[in-house]
Amino acid sequence: MREPTVRKQNIHHNHLKTRLIIFGTLAILLVVCSFFSEYLCPYDPYLQDLGNAKAAPSLAHLFGTDRYGRDMLSRVIAGSRTSIYSTLLLVGFITVFGTIAGIVCAWNGGRLDSVVMRISDMFLAFPGLVFALAVAAVLGGGVQNAIIALAAISWPKYARVARSQTLAQKETVYIRAARLSGCSSSKLIIKHILPNIFGPVLVTAMLDIGTMMMELAGLSFLGLGAKPPVPEWGSMLSDTRNLLATHPWVTLAPGFAIFVSVMIFNLLGDTVRDWLDPRNAR
Amino acid sequence: MDPIVKVEHLTKTFKSRGREDYTAVDDVNFSLYPGEKLAIIGESGSGKTTVVNMLTRLLDCTSGRILLDGEDITNVRGKALREIYRKVQMVFQTPVESFDPRRTLGDGISESLVNHGMKKKEAMQEAIRLLSLCGLEDEFAKRYPHEVSGGQCQRAAIARALAIKPKVLILDEATSALDVTVQEEVLNLLTKIKEEMDISYLFICHDIALVQNFCDRVLVMYQGRIVEEGIPDEVILHPKEEYTKNLIDSVL
Ligand SMILES: Nc1ncnc2c1ncn2[C@@H]1O[C@H](COP(=O)(O)OP(=O)(O)O)[C@@H](O)[C@H]1O
Ligand SMILES: [Mg+2]
Repeated sequence: MREPTVRKQNIHHNHLKTRLIIFGTLAILLVVCSFFSEYLCPYDPYLQDLGNAKAAPSLAHLFGTDRYGRDMLSRVIAGSRTSIYSTLLLVGFITVFGTIAGIVCAWNGGRLDSVVMRISDMFLAFPGLVFALAVAAVLGGGVQNAIIALAAISWPKYARVARSQTLAQKETVYIRAARLSGCSSSKLIIKHILPNIFGPVLVTAMLDIGTMMMELAGLSFLGLGAKPPVPEWGSMLSDTRNLLATHPWVTLAPGFAIFVSVMIFNLLGDTVRDWLDPRNAR
Repeated sequence: MDPIVKVEHLTKTFKSRGREDYTAVDDVNFSLYPGEKLAIIGESGSGKTTVVNMLTRLLDCTSGRILLDGEDITNVRGKALREIYRKVQMVFQTPVESFDPRRTLGDGISESLVNHGMKKKEAMQEAIRLLSLCGLEDEFAKRYPHEVSGGQCQRAAIARALAIKPKVLILDEATSALDVTVQEEVLNLLTKIKEEMDISYLFICHDIALVQNFCDRVLVMYQGRIVEEGIPDEVILHPKEEYTKNLIDSVL
């Protein structure tokens, strides 16, 4: 009776490992691509060639050209810089900030905790993108302001996760034992709390990358993010959407890029969540 | 002889919204003398854990006074609070949960030494020495809490509590989660340690029979109060209080 279960678990475990390797590699490829985008573009993404505008995909231009004759493949690759790199920066920043806020609240409790949590409630009560729109509109356009707007509305989720995890850890026996070993509060947090809440925070962040990418592209699509001619997938989509019926490749290229990246990061997030799930522990 | 621990009028009232105030510990007084093995017994819920949590300052008391080695520790905080843990240490009921799941037993045992200024490498060597004192091989220092049995983990927990050479060791039902033979081994270990170092035990337990062979003196707690005090044999053979009689009858 025992052997089949063990084998099943092993198969499941190996399966997870394969998924982790595949999606991890794909995600790393995307990130490396975005980092070295300047060197990967076959053409200058800003170079116009009106004589060759709206050309269909060919060997010279794999994704065709847009209405100014710019190479779509180059623009999509260059756009990954803005889209992927900015998203990771954004997610990294709110993860760190939200986690610190959550831990501090949970650890100290009292007034500070209530105030910060009420503020985060406020942000959570609004539909995210609507609020980001308002913030971005107030700050004016530009990728940087779009990131600030999204950061401002997205940190509460991380603060919540870190706070509830910290509250749970705070009452554990081993934290009490560590106190008796003479750990100060900062030592308790850095040496014991952080490593033990890292998993859930990481999963939240991984699953958020796709969403953030979409929202950043969404803001740009609505004209509140990247400004043309800066290549960014959301603004490229919005730029070319009236060509969808006649010259679909121009619209499909950035759309496809968003679709693929979001999916890869979501699948990776799912896999990491399964990986860290204690029920799948070795 | 001056007591190493003296507790005066210790009281804890839990206040929570929507519920009546609950006094879990009510005017408790006792002393623990150097080298003594003192037991506190009482049914579950009688307030034993609350007493020792206040004693180790993991919980603030509502009123009363706690003296450790002559020093009033009732309200110490911060660095001064960390200093009292050189003198008083505790072993918890659930051995496996009392170690950080992401750190090795060796890390856990050496932690108090490192925190009180010893070099990491030296502290690890000391941890290994303590493990062998508690009957565990060197390699246990590298194991994680989920990789050892409950009894082994409790030995490691005792090693951790002894690392800083405390004067008082509190054992809050430290053997309750273990099966009978392992319980016996842990008690033998405690007796052996007592021969090697100058230490007092505060032994929390709900099993009278266990206390009879092991402790010098026993306090009986009931509903947050100490209802009886004496030498175990006397308390067990000639209990004065009705409650103690029932407690003894329920075990025998
Ligand atoms: N944090 C708390 N809030 C409210 N009541 C508590 C709390 N901790 C303990 N109690 C209550 O105090 C009483 C004594 O508990 P405890 O000291 O753990 O007893 P024992 O260790 O003797 O089993 C119990 O009735 C328990 O429900
Ligand atoms: Mg208890």
